[in-house]
Amino acid sequence: MERIVADKKIDIRGLVCPYTFVKAKLAIESLEIGQVLEILLDYEEASRSIPKSMEDHGQKVLHVEKVNDRDWLLVIRKEKD
Amino acid sequence: MDFTDDQLQRYSRHIILPEVGGKGQAKIAHAKVVIIGAGGLGCPVGYYLTAAGVGTLALIDNDTVEMSNLQRQIAHNVHTIGMPKVESAQRTFTALNPDVRIVPLRVRISKDNILDLIKDYDIVVDGSDNFPTRYLVNDACVMAEKPLVSGAILRFEGQVTTIIPGKGHCYRCLFEEPPPPGLVPSCQEAGVLGVLPGVIGGLQATEVLKLILGKGEPLTGELLIYNALTTSFRKVKVPKNPLCPVCGDNPTITELTDYNEGYCTLS
Repeated sequence: MERIVADKKIDIRGLVCPYTFVKAKLAIESLEIGQVLEILLDYEEASRSIPKSMEDHGQKVLHVEKVNDRDWLLVIRKEKD
Repeated sequence: MDFTDDQLQRYSRHIILPEVGGKGQAKIAHAKVVIIGAGGLGCPVGYYLTAAGVGTLALIDNDTVEMSNLQRQIAHNVHTIGMPKVESAQRTFTALNPDVRIVPLRVRISKDNILDLIKDYDIVVDGSDNFPTRYLVNDACVMAEKPLVSGAILRFEGQVTTIIPGKGHCYRCLFEEPPPPGLVPSCQEAGVLGVLPGVIGGLQATEVLKLILGKGEPLTGELLIYNALTTSFRKVKVPKNPLCPVCGDNPTITELTDYNEGYCTLS
Protein backbone atom coordinates (compact mmCIF):
# COMPACT_ATOMS: atom_id res chain seq x y z
CA MET A 1 0.00 0.00 0.00
CA GLU A 2 1.15 3.52 -0.68
CA ARG A 3 2.12 5.25 2.51
CA ILE A 4 -0.52 7.73 3.69
CA VAL A 5 0.79 10.78 5.49
CA ALA A 6 -0.98 11.10 8.83
CA ASP A 7 -1.98 14.48 10.23
CA LYS A 8 -1.74 13.11 13.76
CA LYS A 9 -0.16 10.02 15.29
CA ILE A 10 -0.91 8.48 18.65
CA ASP A 11 0.90 5.69 20.43
CA ILE A 12 -1.52 3.90 22.73
CA ARG A 13 0.58 0.81 23.35
CA GLY A 14 0.00 -0.39 26.90
CA LEU A 15 -3.61 0.72 26.98
CA VAL A 16 -6.58 -1.65 27.02
CA CYS A 17 -10.28 -1.24 26.22
CA PRO A 18 -12.09 1.05 26.61
CA TYR A 19 -9.22 3.54 26.95
CA THR A 20 -7.82 2.55 23.59
CA PHE A 21 -11.02 3.80 21.95
CA VAL A 22 -11.34 6.78 24.30
CA LYS A 23 -7.88 8.01 23.25
CA ALA A 24 -8.53 7.25 19.60
CA LYS A 25 -11.86 9.06 19.67
CA LEU A 26 -10.45 12.16 21.38
CA ALA A 27 -7.66 12.22 18.77
CA ILE A 28 -10.18 12.00 15.91
CA GLU A 29 -12.26 14.77 17.49
CA SER A 30 -9.24 17.07 17.46
CA LEU A 31 -8.83 16.69 13.67
CA GLU A 32 -10.59 18.47 10.80
CA ILE A 33 -12.77 16.49 8.43
CA GLY A 34 -10.58 14.84 5.79
CA GLN A 35 -7.52 14.63 8.04
CA VAL A 36 -5.91 11.29 8.85
CA LEU A 37 -5.08 9.71 12.21
CA GLU A 38 -2.48 6.99 12.69
CA ILE A 39 -2.81 4.78 15.77
CA LEU A 40 -0.14 2.42 17.10
CA LEU A 41 -1.46 -0.13 19.61
CA ASP A 42 -0.60 -3.48 21.13
CA TYR A 43 -3.97 -4.59 22.51
CA GLU A 44 -5.10 -7.07 19.90
CA GLU A 45 -8.82 -6.82 20.60
CA ALA A 46 -8.65 -3.06 19.92
CA SER A 47 -7.24 -3.77 16.45
CA ARG A 48 -10.71 -5.10 15.64
CA SER A 49 -12.93 -3.01 17.96
CA ILE A 50 -11.48 0.42 17.11
CA PRO A 51 -12.01 0.06 13.34
CA LYS A 52 -15.55 -1.21 13.95
CA SER A 53 -16.41 1.60 16.38
CA MET A 54 -14.85 4.21 14.08
CA GLU A 55 -16.97 2.96 11.18
CA ASP A 56 -20.04 3.01 13.46
CA HIS A 57 -19.26 6.65 14.26
CA GLY A 58 -19.05 7.49 10.56
CA GLN A 59 -15.25 7.57 10.13
CA LYS A 60 -13.31 5.85 7.33
CA VAL A 61 -10.84 3.08 8.17
CA LEU A 62 -8.09 3.27 5.54
CA HIS A 63 -5.64 0.69 6.78
CA VAL A 64 -5.20 -1.99 9.45
CA GLU A 65 -1.84 -3.74 9.67
CA LYS A 66 -0.01 -5.97 12.09
CA VAL A 67 3.42 -4.35 11.99
CA ASN A 68 5.33 -6.80 14.22
CA ASP A 69 4.53 -9.69 16.56
CA ARG A 70 2.92 -7.33 19.11
CA ASP A 71 1.89 -4.06 17.49
CA TRP A 72 -0.89 -2.95 15.18
CA LEU A 73 -1.14 0.15 13.05
CA LEU A 74 -4.51 1.67 12.19
CA VAL A 75 -5.05 4.53 9.77
CA ILE A 76 -8.37 6.37 9.97
CA ARG A 77 -9.70 9.35 8.05
CA LYS A 78 -12.10 11.71 9.75
CA GLU A 79 -15.34 11.92 7.77
CA LYS A 80 -17.73 13.21 10.41
CA ASP A 81 -17.68 15.62 13.37
CA MET B 1 -10.48 20.43 26.95
CA ASP B 2 -7.53 18.37 28.20
CA PHE B 3 -8.61 15.48 30.40
CA THR B 4 -6.42 14.08 33.15
CA ASP B 5 -5.91 10.30 33.23
CA ASP B 6 -8.39 10.09 36.10
CA GLN B 7 -10.95 12.05 34.11
CA LEU B 8 -10.43 9.86 31.04
CA GLN B 9 -11.21 6.86 33.19
CA ARG B 10 -14.09 8.47 35.05
CA TYR B 11 -15.83 9.78 31.93
CA SER B 12 -14.78 7.03 29.49
CA ARG B 13 -18.32 5.64 29.10
CA HIS B 14 -19.52 9.13 28.20
CA ILE B 15 -16.65 9.91 25.84
CA ILE B 16 -17.22 6.78 23.76
CA LEU B 17 -20.86 7.71 23.14
CA PRO B 18 -21.18 9.35 19.70
CA GLU B 19 -23.65 11.88 21.17
CA VAL B 20 -21.21 12.93 23.90
CA GLY B 21 -17.53 12.47 23.04
CA GLY B 22 -14.78 14.66 24.45
CA LYS B 23 -16.57 17.78 23.22
CA GLY B 24 -19.82 16.84 24.95
CA GLN B 25 -17.99 15.99 28.16
CA ALA B 26 -16.33 19.41 28.00
CA LYS B 27 -19.78 21.02 27.67
CA ILE B 28 -20.89 19.12 30.77
CA ALA B 29 -17.76 20.27 32.60
CA HIS B 30 -18.54 23.90 31.77
CA ALA B 31 -22.26 23.73 32.66
CA LYS B 32 -23.74 25.46 35.69
CA VAL B 33 -26.90 23.96 37.14
CA VAL B 34 -28.93 25.04 40.15
CA ILE B 35 -31.15 22.53 41.97
CA ILE B 36 -34.00 23.80 44.10
CA GLY B 37 -34.49 21.37 46.97
CA ALA B 38 -31.94 18.89 48.34
CA GLY B 39 -34.65 16.36 49.21
CA GLY B 40 -36.23 13.41 47.44
CA LEU B 41 -35.70 14.76 43.92
CA GLY B 42 -32.71 17.01 44.51
CA CYS B 43 -30.64 14.13 45.92
CA PRO B 44 -30.76 11.83 42.86
CA VAL B 45 -30.60 14.73 40.40
CA GLY B 46 -27.54 16.12 42.18
CA TYR B 47 -25.98 12.68 42.58
CA TYR B 48 -26.17 11.86 38.86
CA LEU B 49 -25.18 15.32 37.69
CA THR B 50 -22.18 15.12 40.03
CA ALA B 51 -21.27 11.72 38.62
CA ALA B 52 -21.66 13.13 35.11
CA GLY B 53 -19.13 15.85 35.90
CA VAL B 54 -21.28 18.99 35.70
CA GLY B 55 -18.95 21.92 36.35
CA THR B 56 -20.90 23.83 38.96
CA LEU B 57 -23.86 22.55 40.91
CA ALA B 58 -25.70 24.85 43.30
CA LEU B 59 -28.06 23.34 45.87
CA ILE B 60 -30.76 25.46 47.48
CA ASP B 61 -32.52 24.19 50.59
CA ASN B 62 -33.23 25.64 54.01
CA ASP B 63 -33.94 22.40 55.88
CA THR B 64 -31.89 20.06 58.01
CA VAL B 65 -31.67 16.29 57.62
CA GLU B 66 -34.16 14.20 59.59
CA MET B 67 -34.46 10.45 60.07
CA SER B 68 -37.75 10.46 58.12
CA ASN B 69 -35.87 11.75 55.04
CA LEU B 70 -33.61 8.74 54.73
CA GLN B 71 -36.25 6.46 53.17
CA ARG B 72 -35.80 8.39 49.90
CA GLN B 73 -33.26 11.24 50.17
CA ILE B 74 -30.20 9.26 49.15
CA ALA B 75 -27.52 11.93 49.58
CA HIS B 76 -28.10 12.03 53.34
CA ASN B 77 -27.34 9.42 56.01
CA VAL B 78 -27.54 8.75 59.74
CA HIS B 79 -24.32 10.66 60.35
CA THR B 80 -25.69 13.85 58.81
CA ILE B 81 -28.98 13.99 60.72
CA GLY B 82 -29.39 17.52 62.04
CA MET B 83 -27.00 18.96 59.46
CA PRO B 84 -28.25 21.39 56.80
CA LYS B 85 -29.32 19.31 53.80
CA VAL B 86 -27.17 21.34 51.43
CA GLU B 87 -24.06 20.58 53.50
CA SER B 88 -24.95 16.91 53.87
CA ALA B 89 -25.45 16.63 50.11
CA GLN B 90 -22.25 18.57 49.43
CA ARG B 91 -20.27 16.02 51.47
CA THR B 92 -21.79 13.12 49.57
CA PHE B 93 -21.38 14.67 46.13
CA THR B 94 -17.82 15.86 46.73
CA ALA B 95 -16.86 12.36 47.89
CA LEU B 96 -18.26 11.01 44.62
CA ASN B 97 -16.60 13.54 42.32
CA PRO B 98 -14.28 16.27 43.56
CA ASP B 99 -14.17 17.76 40.03
CA VAL B 100 -17.61 19.26 40.60
CA ARG B 101 -17.87 22.61 42.34
CA ILE B 102 -20.80 22.29 44.75
CA VAL B 103 -22.34 25.56 45.95
CA PRO B 104 -24.47 24.97 49.06
CA LEU B 105 -27.08 27.70 49.53
CA ARG B 106 -28.96 27.36 52.78
CA VAL B 107 -31.76 29.81 52.13
CA ARG B 108 -35.50 29.76 51.74
CA ILE B 109 -36.29 31.03 48.29
CA SER B 110 -38.75 33.89 47.96
CA LYS B 111 -39.82 36.42 45.38
CA ASP B 112 -37.11 38.72 46.70
CA ASN B 113 -34.12 36.44 46.23
CA ILE B 114 -34.94 33.88 43.52
CA LEU B 115 -33.89 35.90 40.47
CA ASP B 116 -30.57 36.61 42.10
CA LEU B 117 -30.12 32.95 43.09
CA ILE B 118 -30.66 31.60 39.55
CA LYS B 119 -29.01 34.35 37.51
CA ASP B 120 -25.55 32.75 37.28
CA TYR B 121 -26.81 29.31 36.18
CA ASP B 122 -27.60 27.84 32.77
CA ILE B 123 -30.35 25.44 33.85
CA VAL B 124 -32.72 25.33 36.83
CA VAL B 125 -34.00 22.07 38.30
CA ASP B 126 -37.12 22.17 40.44
CA GLY B 127 -37.17 19.44 43.06
CA SER B 128 -39.31 21.35 45.53
CA ASP B 129 -42.16 19.77 47.43
CA ASN B 130 -44.76 22.51 47.53
CA PHE B 131 -46.88 24.62 45.21
CA PRO B 132 -45.77 28.08 46.35
CA THR B 133 -42.17 27.24 45.43
CA ARG B 134 -43.17 25.48 42.19
CA TYR B 135 -45.05 28.52 40.91
CA LEU B 136 -42.42 30.96 42.09
CA VAL B 137 -39.68 28.96 40.31
CA ASN B 138 -41.76 28.74 37.14
CA ASP B 139 -42.50 32.45 37.04
CA ALA B 140 -38.88 33.37 37.82
CA CYS B 141 -37.56 31.06 35.07
CA VAL B 142 -40.01 32.51 32.52
CA MET B 143 -39.00 36.06 33.47
CA ALA B 144 -35.27 35.27 33.51
CA GLU B 145 -35.56 33.04 30.39
CA LYS B 146 -33.88 30.09 32.13
CA PRO B 147 -34.58 26.49 31.07
CA LEU B 148 -36.40 24.67 33.86
CA VAL B 149 -36.62 20.92 34.42
CA SER B 150 -39.51 20.39 36.76
CA GLY B 151 -40.35 17.22 38.68
CA ALA B 152 -43.04 16.27 41.17
CA ILE B 153 -43.89 13.15 43.15
CA LEU B 154 -46.71 11.87 45.33
CA ARG B 155 -47.57 8.37 46.57
CA PHE B 156 -46.80 6.15 43.53
CA GLU B 157 -46.98 8.77 40.81
CA GLY B 158 -44.52 11.27 39.44
CA GLN B 159 -44.38 13.92 36.73
CA VAL B 160 -41.61 15.53 34.71
CA THR B 161 -41.64 18.38 32.23
CA THR B 162 -39.03 20.63 30.63
CA ILE B 163 -39.83 24.29 30.23
CA ILE B 164 -37.82 26.37 27.76
CA PRO B 165 -39.13 29.92 28.05
CA GLY B 166 -40.06 31.35 24.67
CA LYS B 167 -40.16 27.92 23.03
CA GLY B 168 -42.80 25.79 24.72
CA HIS B 169 -45.27 25.78 27.56
CA CYS B 170 -44.69 26.85 31.14
CA TYR B 171 -46.13 25.42 34.34
CA ARG B 172 -48.95 27.97 34.32
CA CYS B 173 -49.97 26.96 30.76
CA LEU B 174 -50.70 23.60 32.38
CA PHE B 175 -52.17 24.70 35.71
CA GLU B 176 -52.82 28.44 35.73
CA GLU B 177 -52.98 28.89 39.50
CA PRO B 178 -51.76 26.79 42.42
CA PRO B 179 -54.51 24.57 43.86
CA PRO B 180 -56.15 25.96 46.99
CA PRO B 181 -54.26 25.07 50.18
CA GLY B 182 -55.25 21.64 51.48
CA LEU B 183 -56.72 20.32 48.21
CA VAL B 184 -53.62 18.41 47.15
CA PRO B 185 -52.03 16.49 50.02
CA SER B 186 -48.32 16.84 50.66
CA CYS B 187 -45.88 13.93 50.78
CA GLN B 188 -45.94 13.96 54.56
CA GLU B 189 -49.73 13.66 54.58
CA ALA B 190 -50.09 11.18 51.74
CA GLY B 191 -46.79 9.29 51.68
CA VAL B 192 -44.45 8.52 48.82
CA LEU B 193 -42.73 5.35 47.72
CA GLY B 194 -39.06 5.90 48.56
CA VAL B 195 -37.74 4.87 45.16
CA LEU B 196 -40.16 7.08 43.21
CA PRO B 197 -37.99 10.24 43.45
CA GLY B 198 -35.12 8.10 42.15
CA VAL B 199 -37.05 7.39 38.96
CA ILE B 200 -38.29 10.95 38.51
CA GLY B 201 -34.99 12.52 39.59
CA GLY B 202 -33.17 10.23 37.15
CA LEU B 203 -35.42 11.48 34.36
CA GLN B 204 -34.79 15.10 35.39
CA ALA B 205 -31.03 14.57 35.40
CA THR B 206 -31.32 13.03 31.92
CA GLU B 207 -33.24 16.07 30.68
CA VAL B 208 -30.54 18.36 32.10
CA LEU B 209 -27.76 16.46 30.33
CA LYS B 210 -29.68 16.50 27.04
CA LEU B 211 -30.08 20.27 27.33
CA ILE B 212 -26.37 20.70 28.08
CA LEU B 213 -25.38 18.47 25.16
CA GLY B 214 -28.02 19.81 22.78
CA LYS B 215 -28.95 16.22 21.90
CA GLY B 216 -32.25 14.40 21.68
CA GLU B 217 -35.69 15.82 22.24
CA PRO B 218 -36.35 17.44 25.60
CA LEU B 219 -39.79 17.16 27.22
CA THR B 220 -40.86 20.58 26.00
CA GLY B 221 -44.57 20.87 25.30
CA GLU B 222 -45.13 17.59 27.10
CA LEU B 223 -45.75 16.31 30.59
CA LEU B 224 -44.45 12.81 31.32
CA ILE B 225 -46.44 10.94 33.95
CA TYR B 226 -45.06 7.80 35.60
CA ASN B 227 -47.19 5.39 37.58
CA ALA B 228 -45.10 3.02 39.67
CA LEU B 229 -47.96 0.69 40.55
CA THR B 230 -48.84 -0.06 36.94
CA THR B 231 -45.28 0.53 35.66
CA SER B 232 -46.56 2.85 32.97
CA PHE B 233 -45.37 6.06 31.39
CA ARG B 234 -47.82 8.43 29.76
CA LYS B 235 -46.99 11.58 27.80
CA VAL B 236 -49.55 14.35 27.73
CA LYS B 237 -49.18 17.16 25.22
CA VAL B 238 -49.09 20.58 26.84
CA PRO B 239 -49.44 23.33 24.26
CA LYS B 240 -48.20 26.80 25.06
CA ASN B 241 -51.24 28.81 26.16
CA PRO B 242 -51.35 32.20 24.42
CA LEU B 243 -53.53 33.40 27.31
CA CYS B 244 -51.08 32.15 29.96
CA PRO B 245 -50.83 34.80 32.70
CA VAL B 246 -47.03 34.62 32.81
CA CYS B 247 -45.71 33.44 29.41
CA GLY B 248 -48.70 34.34 27.19
CA ASP B 249 -48.97 37.13 24.64
CA ASN B 250 -50.26 39.66 27.19
CA PRO B 251 -48.99 38.50 30.58
CA THR B 252 -50.85 39.74 33.64
CA ILE B 253 -48.22 38.43 36.03
CA THR B 254 -45.22 40.68 35.62
CA GLU B 255 -43.93 40.54 39.17
CA LEU B 256 -43.14 37.57 41.37
CA THR B 257 -45.55 36.55 44.12
CA ASP B 258 -45.10 34.42 47.24
CA TYR B 259 -48.13 32.20 47.79
CA ASN B 260 -47.36 31.32 51.36
CA GLU B 261 -50.68 31.93 53.03
CA GLY B 262 -52.46 28.79 54.07
CA TYR B 263 -49.83 26.42 52.70
CA CYS B 264 -47.88 24.08 54.83
CA THR B 265 -44.29 24.80 53.91
CA LEU B 266 -42.66 22.13 55.99
CA SER B 267 -40.58 19.67 54.01
